[in-house]
Amino acid sequence: MSVFKDAGHLFRFAGLFVLVFLIFLGVRGFVVPKTFGQYGHYRAAAIGDVAAHPMKYAGHDACEACHTDQADAKKAGKHAHVNCEACHGALANHAADPASVVPVKPDTSVLCARCHTATAAKPKSFPQVNPEEHSSGVPCQTCHNPHSPGLDAAAGGAK
Amino acid sequence: MTISRRQMLILLPAAAVAWKAVLAGTPEDAPNYRTSEHWWGMLIDIPKCIGCGNCVRACQTENDVPDGLFRTWVERYHVTDEDMISPEVISPDGGKEGFPMVKEDAGKYFFVPKLCNHCADSPCTQVCPVGATFISPDGVVLVDQSYCLGCAYCVQACPYGCRYLHPQKHVADKCTLCYHRITKGLTTACCESCPTGARQLVDLKNPNDPIHEFLKTHNVQVLKPQMATGSKAFYNGLDGSVR
Amino acid sequence: MNGVEGFMYPNEIGLQWSILIVLYPFITGLVAGAFILASLERVFRVEAVKPTYRLALLTALAFLLDAPLPLQLHLGHPERSPEMYFTPHSTSAMAMFGYVYLWYLMAVLVFEIWLDYRRDIVLMYQKSHGPLRLVYGLMTLGSTNISERALAIDDKVGWIVTLVGIPSAFMLHGYVGFIFGSIKANPWWSSPLMPVVFIFSAMVSGIAAVLLLYMAVTKLRKQVIDVRCVDAIAKYLFYIFIIDFSLEMLDLVHRIYEADESFRSLNFMVHTQLYIPHIVIQILLGTLTPLFLLFLTQIIHFPDVVRKRLYTISGTLALVGVFAMRWNVVIGGQLFSKSFLGYTTYKMELITREGLLVAIALTLLPFLFLWVLVKLLPPWSGTHDHAAAAAD
Repeated sequence: MSVFKDAGHLFRFAGLFVLVFLIFLGVRGFVVPKTFGQYGHYRAAAIGDVAAHPMKYAGHDACEACHTDQADAKKAGKHAHVNCEACHGALANHAADPASVVPVKPDTSVLCARCHTATAAKPKSFPQVNPEEHSSGVPCQTCHNPHSPGLDAAAGGAK
Repeated sequence: MTISRRQMLILLPAAAVAWKAVLAGTPEDAPNYRTSEHWWGMLIDIPKCIGCGNCVRACQTENDVPDGLFRTWVERYHVTDEDMISPEVISPDGGKEGFPMVKEDAGKYFFVPKLCNHCADSPCTQVCPVGATFISPDGVVLVDQSYCLGCAYCVQACPYGCRYLHPQKHVADKCTLCYHRITKGLTTACCESCPTGARQLVDLKNPNDPIHEFLKTHNVQVLKPQMATGSKAFYNGLDGSVR
Repeated sequence: MNGVEGFMYPNEIGLQWSILIVLYPFITGLVAGAFILASLERVFRVEAVKPTYRLALLTALAFLLDAPLPLQLHLGHPERSPEMYFTPHSTSAMAMFGYVYLWYLMAVLVFEIWLDYRRDIVLMYQKSHGPLRLVYGLMTLGSTNISERALAIDDKVGWIVTLVGIPSAFMLHGYVGFIFGSIKANPWWSSPLMPVVFIFSAMVSGIAAVLLLYMAVTKLRKQVIDVRCVDAIAKYLFYIFIIDFSLEMLDLVHRIYEADESFRSLNFMVHTQLYIPHIVIQILLGTLTPLFLLFLTQIIHFPDVVRKRLYTISGTLALVGVFAMRWNVVIGGQLFSKSFLGYTTYKMELITREGLLVAIALTLLPFLFLWVLVKLLPPWSGTHDHAAAAAD
């Protein structure tokens, strides 16, 4: 027993550790989020948090549900795979409330040039022109229907 | 399919109600989505990319990406005839407003869109000290922004440079593969706005996915394969000079 | 783009880890090194360094208390840092840090200091008044047993703690090296040598720090410097420095020889942006010069005054060199692009949360802690002899 008497302080030090550890476990029980560890070492509810982000782009299906004329014209032409919002911008708010949110028609002199200005860097098979030489400032939609831009009469593109 | 004016008047209110739910991001109102049925990735078709920057702008709009930082960006490579190994690469403002014009020049040019590769063996999730970044059961690497410490260890560990610290939220941020869209049957904002189909979402667990079919029938590559990250961003026609 | 040469991935242009993250490994290195010096006396019975034993322990503690501060100031959400204790990710070296740090602080350093000072603590408790009495009282943990037997037990247990403390000190600083060395994405960092180099350079810095501190504090107290003591410390500094230098040269030579895909880019960086910090400051001034001076003191018998001067110069240069090494690893690792096609610059700010002034303050703070510790637990009060503890 004399050993314990002279080593008492060591047991006190160890006791301090045990006490702190128990407090730690207690606090941990409160603080760690409930869904943590459900699927892996992360808070499972975070998946729902990310999925709840609001959308700005409606997606072409939403546009085509109402704008069937444009959708039909596009389907037959060269811009068949160009989705509506690629040119018209994010319009989920318009799809949600068509009457109150009226989209602005894009300016073709800026819009078309972005893709179709010729540069040695673009793939050779991609249709590209020098805007100055091609139309000398005349707006693109003067000759091209943006939804079906081909000038072949059969495609019904020319205006 | 043409809808008569009368049908429109009936459909519109119903559509509006459905849309409200979709916009509010309430998953319960979306069609049944089970994470175990999906394993997401993306296909980048290099020969189709024209460097228009639509994807960069769309991503920034959809995801409120801060200026000067990028969840996705486009690089333009110029491989000269003299040096086929060390390319000249630019990415002005991430390619957001496209690229400067180039007159006819020797060598080859091409565009390489980049994004988070949503690695199956991701080094970023490995190093996170608290489990704030993880791969979801359907294969998307996400960040839990209410748990992240902002230590930036994950940013250091990513070989592709796709992560950053959000300057206002002070947490790690990166491409989420538009998780809030793909779980509702839509495609990502970048794929939606790409005019040439150079970017396509792919569900590797869906046997009917045409892009999955494409991956099986074409030679595709991943970036930095030597890093063995299990990258799920597949590139068709990736040149050997791409870094 | 300002400060960018060539091409960098757009998100790489701004550095993520600042001077605070350079400071952190430097400080933990001092802790580990000071502790190793203390263990020389306690475990390996190198009598000559005994005068520095307690000072080395208090120095280690002062710096260890300061060490988390640069990390907390760097975090985007420091209030969330307890998450590292509640949900540590077992695959993350950084997560394991929290526990290694806590283990080292409590189960090694504080425990050892407490055991060594217990007799003095009890005596001071019995002699003091007012709030100081409360402080000492708490430190006794309620036990005033300083009998021969109790002190003998303390001595034995303290020996075991120091023994365990040596690998613990290696872990404390080795893991910092592993945090960098395990990042395959960064070829400047990724290396199995990184933890080893960090440990040995830590020992160099810690030993040099205690050497300088001992000489400075003794001078301030207007006492006589124990020349045999500083000779012994300098000798160990010299040996460890040689090992450290060899390891760093091995890393360099290996890189140059293998010349993998990253080599051209890194080589260019070392010759341009990192020329001053790496070649001039770390290698020439911070390693080769002190090594040469220490070598001279080992082979030529200079008069005491000259030897002490040479030790002071070598020690200071060694500290500068080790700090430069941390800078070159942390900052250097972020200056080049992972595309190996470009470089950026580090714009260190002055007065922001991660700026230079904060870094300087955090470097000076441990000296304030040390001053408090030295006042509370004087390293040189009364006789202090491990072997003869029972004889008191």
